[in-house]
Amino acid sequence: MRIMPAFRLLPAGDTGLVVEFGQSIERELSRQVLALAARLDTLRLDGVVETVPTFRSLMVQFDPLVLPAAALSARIAELMQDLPRVAAPPGRRWRLPVCYDAELAPDLNEVTARASLTRGQVVERHSAVTYHVYMLGFLPGQAYMGDLPRELVLGRRDSPRPRIPAGSLAIASTMTCIFPLETPCGWHLIGRSPIPLWAKQPRPAALLAPGDQVTFTPVSMREYETLRAKASEGALMVAPVDLPVGAAA
Amino acid sequence: MKPALRVVTPGLMTTIQDLGRAGYQHLGVPPSGALDPVGLRAANALAGNPPHMGTLEVLYLGPTLAVEADDVRLAFAGAAAPIEVLTPENAGAPRRIETMRSVRLHRGETVRIGRLAGGATLYVAVESGFDIAPVLGSVSTYLRGGFGGLDGRALAAGDRLPLRRNGAAERDDARLGGLALAPASRLRVIAGPQHDYFSAAAIARFFAGAYTVSAGSNRMGMRLQGPAIDHVRGFDIVSDAIAPGSIQVPGDGQPIVLLADRQTTGGYPKIATVISADLPALGRLPIGAKVAFAPVTVAQAEAARRELFEEIEAIPGRIVPLAAASESLIPRLFDCNLISGVTDARSLAI
Repeated sequence: MRIMPAFRLLPAGDTGLVVEFGQSIERELSRQVLALAARLDTLRLDGVVETVPTFRSLMVQFDPLVLPAAALSARIAELMQDLPRVAAPPGRRWRLPVCYDAELAPDLNEVTARASLTRGQVVERHSAVTYHVYMLGFLPGQAYMGDLPRELVLGRRDSPRPRIPAGSLAIASTMTCIFPLETPCGWHLIGRSPIPLWAKQPRPAALLAPGDQVTFTPVSMREYETLRAKASEGALMVAPVDLPVGAAA
Repeated sequence: MKPALRVVTPGLMTTIQDLGRAGYQHLGVPPSGALDPVGLRAANALAGNPPHMGTLEVLYLGPTLAVEADDVRLAFAGAAAPIEVLTPENAGAPRRIETMRSVRLHRGETVRIGRLAGGATLYVAVESGFDIAPVLGSVSTYLRGGFGGLDGRALAAGDRLPLRRNGAAERDDARLGGLALAPASRLRVIAGPQHDYFSAAAIARFFAGAYTVSAGSNRMGMRLQGPAIDHVRGFDIVSDAIAPGSIQVPGDGQPIVLLADRQTTGGYPKIATVISADLPALGRLPIGAKVAFAPVTVAQAEAARRELFEEIEAIPGRIVPLAAASESLIPRLFDCNLISGVTDARSLAI
């Protein structure tokens, strides 16, 4: 017997259909979301414009004059039958350098105090996790990566900052995020990465995609500066790692 | 020097937009594109362009543009605005023209677009288009991301907007009649996807109320003020995707309608979504305008979308030549249906 995942189809207007798998953040929900997205992206159904995966749902944007909502819903229900047997696409593995130096981590003290850990322990625990990219949103190229170790989970600051620099690494509740562009931000900042998550040259492109896996490598301020200089000259090649995450030094 | 329109004054917020970039929302990139895609299509039809071509989107107050090409044809579609053509000879007494028409301008002439009336948007198309490279498949400006259009930003004084051609086609200018590009007074919506976060009473209040478009609205979202909508299950959801016209309700109970430059995901419950047929009239709403919401079914929304597309397809047939000698007479006769079949207007467009 196959068990179809529980889901709800919710209209988001007449050109959006939300396939909702749940209302929480869980790897299994994310697997289902990304598996369905991959199926639909491969099928390229006439009338489907694009799919937008999130933590717990997939929005399908479509043209109802080409593919009526009822027909799309029926098709999705069909795909659901198979979904438990469909693996989510494997995603790529990335190892991203991050500098946790005090100068680039204005909230690391507060995180340390709240977690009753030393700075070294916070850095160690933050960089020990292999994070799953649940979704991109908020800004171009901005990945929501989870899950943080329980002791590092933290809500918003009392007062948001009107502006933070591109590359800022934040704790955002159970997620960790690197902000690809300068932006207002209410989350706690614990470091900065020199790697552009949103490249403007030679053409705009996001480094990460939903389903990717990411680990962070702590680097010194000096290494950070060197890598950043290289990145701004366009001389920094960032490629996914082939080795299983954690296997290389 | 490359043919161009030189920006003398930029207006309040003038950007290059087309019908938007699809296919990148999963990477956090919103579609952008014209707030009023019907206005954009109409301007392009008047200019003799394909419907999707990039035009200037003028919000509230227009730019002043100087012609640095042999000649150029511009077309204006959207809200009414004082549009003046200044030539070296008539500087003291500029020629006034109206929106919903094209005009051929010559080197040394300047067009000055004033304050928009009765709507927030005006599209200014140039025949053959601007010579601007698409980014991710579109020339639409995405201000927050800093890409698309002219270096990802609004026009600034001194900019030169490069043109594809140095001369305008030899033909009469044209006028577009019988197409209303009015802002919405009532927006049809489909409930959800998170209407279950609100009580029946709150939903009833939402549909009974009149909301005013407030300052702080921009191309990302339209902030509304009116009867507060309270949540029954809190105002935080685990982020999900945001559709065009999504109406999210944050903690203060004042709805925000998400527009072309919206974030692709968000964590506020969405009480309803404006139907696709009403998105153009939504985009035209100026700050201070009042609007109400009415629930419809998915079937009704699909029928409305079909009607909108029929209206769009009828645009080329509504374009009539504007003979210099009877600039105002002939189109009026057309509007009154007193003459017909004089010319095949279709040859002018798309």
